[in-house]
Amino acid sequence: MQKLETLMLEKAKNLLSSGEVSRVLGWKKGELGYDVEPSVFTSAQSLDNFVYNVFCGANLSKYLVQETKKEGKILVFLKPCDSYSFNQLIKEHRINKDKVYTVGVECQGKIDNYKLKENGIEVVESFDEEVDFVTVNGKKFTKGEIVLGKCSVCEKKLLDYDEVISINEKRSPDKDRFEMVKKLESMTADERYAFWKDQLSNCIRCNACRNVCPACTCTKCVFDNDNSGIASKANSDSFEEKMFHIIRAFHVAGRCTDCGECSRVCPQHIPLHLLNRKFIGDINRLYGTYQAGEDTTSKGPLTDYTKQDVDPSDVFGG
Amino acid sequence: MQKIGVFVCWCGSNIAATVDVKKVAEVLKAEPGVVISENYQYMCSENGQALIRNAIKEHGLTGVVVCSCSPRMHEATFRKTCESAGLNPYMVEIANIREQCSWIHKDIEEATEKAIILGRSAIAKLKLNAPLTSGESAVVKRALVIGGGIAGIQSALDIAEAGFEVDIVEQSPTIGGNMAKLDKTFPTLDCAACILTPKMVDCAQNEKIDIMTFSEIESVKGFVGNFKVQIRRKARFVDEKKCTGCGECMQKCPSKKGLNDFNMGLNTRPAIYIPFAQAIPNVAIIDPEQCLKIKNGKCGLCAMKCNVNAIDYTQKDEIIEREYGAIVVATGYKPISLENFNEYGYSSYKDVVTSLELERLMNAAGPSDGHLVRPSDHKEPKVITFIQCVGSRDTSGCGKPYCSKICCMYTAKHAMLIREKYPDTEVHVFYIDVRTPGKNYDEFFRRAVEQYGVDYIKGMVGKVYEENGKLMVQGSDLINNEQVVIPSDLVVLAAAIEPNPSVRNIATMVTASIDTNNFLTEAHAKLRPVESPTAGIFLSGVCQGPKDIPETVSQASACAAKVIGLLAKDKLKCNACVSHSDEMLCTGCSVCANVCPYGAITYVDKEFRLGGGKTEVRRVATVNDAVCQGCGACTVACPSGAMDLKGFSNKQIMAEVDAICKR
Repeated sequence: MQKLETLMLEKAKNLLSSGEVSRVLGWKKGELGYDVEPSVFTSAQSLDNFVYNVFCGANLSKYLVQETKKEGKILVFLKPCDSYSFNQLIKEHRINKDKVYTVGVECQGKIDNYKLKENGIEVVESFDEEVDFVTVNGKKFTKGEIVLGKCSVCEKKLLDYDEVISINEKRSPDKDRFEMVKKLESMTADERYAFWKDQLSNCIRCNACRNVCPACTCTKCVFDNDNSGIASKANSDSFEEKMFHIIRAFHVAGRCTDCGECSRVCPQHIPLHLLNRKFIGDINRLYGTYQAGEDTTSKGPLTDYTKQDVDPSDVFGG
Repeated sequence: MQKIGVFVCWCGSNIAATVDVKKVAEVLKAEPGVVISENYQYMCSENGQALIRNAIKEHGLTGVVVCSCSPRMHEATFRKTCESAGLNPYMVEIANIREQCSWIHKDIEEATEKAIILGRSAIAKLKLNAPLTSGESAVVKRALVIGGGIAGIQSALDIAEAGFEVDIVEQSPTIGGNMAKLDKTFPTLDCAACILTPKMVDCAQNEKIDIMTFSEIESVKGFVGNFKVQIRRKARFVDEKKCTGCGECMQKCPSKKGLNDFNMGLNTRPAIYIPFAQAIPNVAIIDPEQCLKIKNGKCGLCAMKCNVNAIDYTQKDEIIEREYGAIVVATGYKPISLENFNEYGYSSYKDVVTSLELERLMNAAGPSDGHLVRPSDHKEPKVITFIQCVGSRDTSGCGKPYCSKICCMYTAKHAMLIREKYPDTEVHVFYIDVRTPGKNYDEFFRRAVEQYGVDYIKGMVGKVYEENGKLMVQGSDLINNEQVVIPSDLVVLAAAIEPNPSVRNIATMVTASIDTNNFLTEAHAKLRPVESPTAGIFLSGVCQGPKDIPETVSQASACAAKVIGLLAKDKLKCNACVSHSDEMLCTGCSVCANVCPYGAITYVDKEFRLGGGKTEVRRVATVNDAVCQGCGACTVACPSGAMDLKGFSNKQIMAEVDAICKR
């Protein structure tokens, strides 16, 4: 992985010094090793803090909505999952493609900090990444034990970029992406309600899931719109507030690329991605396998009509 | 301050019998903003409308709620009423207390409570109404007729007669439809070809009519007066303009084993063929599945033989786009598949045939040149048994729940023709009921029984089986209360008819509604029987419900009259309830344009002030008011809630819901 980082840094420096780009969007070292965060680098010196390692889980594509409104071109490094979000944003005209220089970078899964904690690791002193293993503070983990949920099921490919940086090492998914969705589907309605009531009762409405979501780029979110006619109404029960997540899942249905950022950033560790993945599973079942963000031009199945589309009666009977 | 008038209609006893209309008016009078609340026997009558007009003037009403029938029925009426009294027509709301209340409830107390709630909800919505004005759009003076059977032909001829251009799009290689396959027609027994083919020729010769056979509708966009339709002209591998219909190619073609669709598969035809002698257009077509040249490159005899070089083995489907002001759906019917009716042995025995197959067997242009013989051994049948209602009036789920309407008459016709031509033939008919209403129809049926001695047996057939070379028809005779077995030489099944399967696709494309049996729904079962609820879409023939030829032709002409009425207008008033985008919320994501069936949404880059002297250019949606039909698809698809519908805003709908839920 060190090699990838070196190549990326080299690329960033070259493009900055040649003037091809004026900024670089990448990941910045934190104080504690694992707290890597997205950052815009504007000079060769500031790139000293640039990092690309097993902690770079954050999806960078959403930052481009604002960044491509600014003067000059920006270089962005896109992991496979980021690139699907990137494509979807291009499709929705949210990113000005002319102002981005895209470089795809390989990824073999990123670490889930919660899983580190579960394994008793609070502070990261040293780490070393191989394709299928990570060693943290001298303790060796298989990737399956330690990576983010989204990485365990990742089948995403490196998409079409201006350029690709790769050392041609690939890791295959180790879990069925819809395993938990199927489990939820097999529950009775009451059991499922109990599951979500329990999970969502932890929600503190910090809005982190919404703010990080690359599909949530509305100029003004409906939840912040005083004029929507739904604001400042009393809740009918304690669960009503939690409908936020269900409404949000509806809003991103058909556009969600399953990048898993919602669950990654949730400070309460709620598996929010399952709501979206349920929709993705249904879309696959009803309209044929569809991956949002795989291209930049097609209409999604929920906003398109073809003669082969299912009839409501095919789904609900009657 | 709003001044709202509430007008509760009794609809005679339609509403008043189940809803306490006086109480509804009284309770709604207490709603904030309501200044007058009246009830009247028939609000849509001249007196009822005068009541509304006077109240508007007297009380200076700002809005009107009419609690009455469905807005589908009289919204337009009451809008006009209010407009004539100086009120904006869009300041009218209808609370549907008939279809959605009195008709579906039995308990007066319950229905009254619901009527009050529906009234409240309409008042809540009305309070957020804004006066709207509608624009105008031009009408394309050309009609599209989908389907070239007798219904489509008649509609097209009538529309063309009025001076408008018409295109007929027919999926098979010739126009004529099912009627072209029939032998004689009831109740006058004139031959179908003799009365149909002149009409087909008229179509071909009419300068206003453009016939596109072997073509299908690919997509339909637009709206009443302005449809944009893509038509797929399927490759027939013969140049329609060059082919003279001489038929030389048919004789030379070595691949002669194709099933002849026109003769219901009772004989064969070559790979290159003209469906029948009077086909329009009289042009050959190649079946690519059967053609040796197309399949494996070896042959090409027809091309060699063709004097005008009309054969083109490389021809491809072509898609053309045309604009129309009106669309007539005349897709017709087909007999149902009999796979669910094994008891009658249709798939086991060659001599069990459908009525439409019998038409071909009796037709002079049919596979046996009009000589009625059994398909199995080409011998004349001496005992023929007809079975009625095969799949019609069937509530078991195997067939169709409805009456196919034409079978009683055509079976009487078949029986009579057979007895006339072959007097030594015994004819039996098993029936549930004989239904022969219509001019000269019952007389016709009685002639079959009384003059021609056809043996009508009231009862159902249990099974058909073979014994000693005879088809044994076992059924019950309900009049004599006994089981009978009739050894027959030929069994004829009156298979139910169903709408042409392509109608589902077409209905979806033109957004016309269909019922559970796939028949197209009319705008009003009694008063608007030839119009679809979707403006600009008209219904002709069996696609709307089972009909015989006289009825089909009447309906086709009625349909044409409606089309002519539309095309005669230069401008149409647009819908005022159009969508609009809140540019402060719009992100320009294109989802609304993706779902808009009318292509009414485009995008512009606009500069917005951000404060602090800064500006930002954003891509935002704009709606073309003249094109938007107010379907609301964009409002639900918009993730930002930026799209909203005038007259049906999200806020108005929420206000209605709140009013319904409030106790």
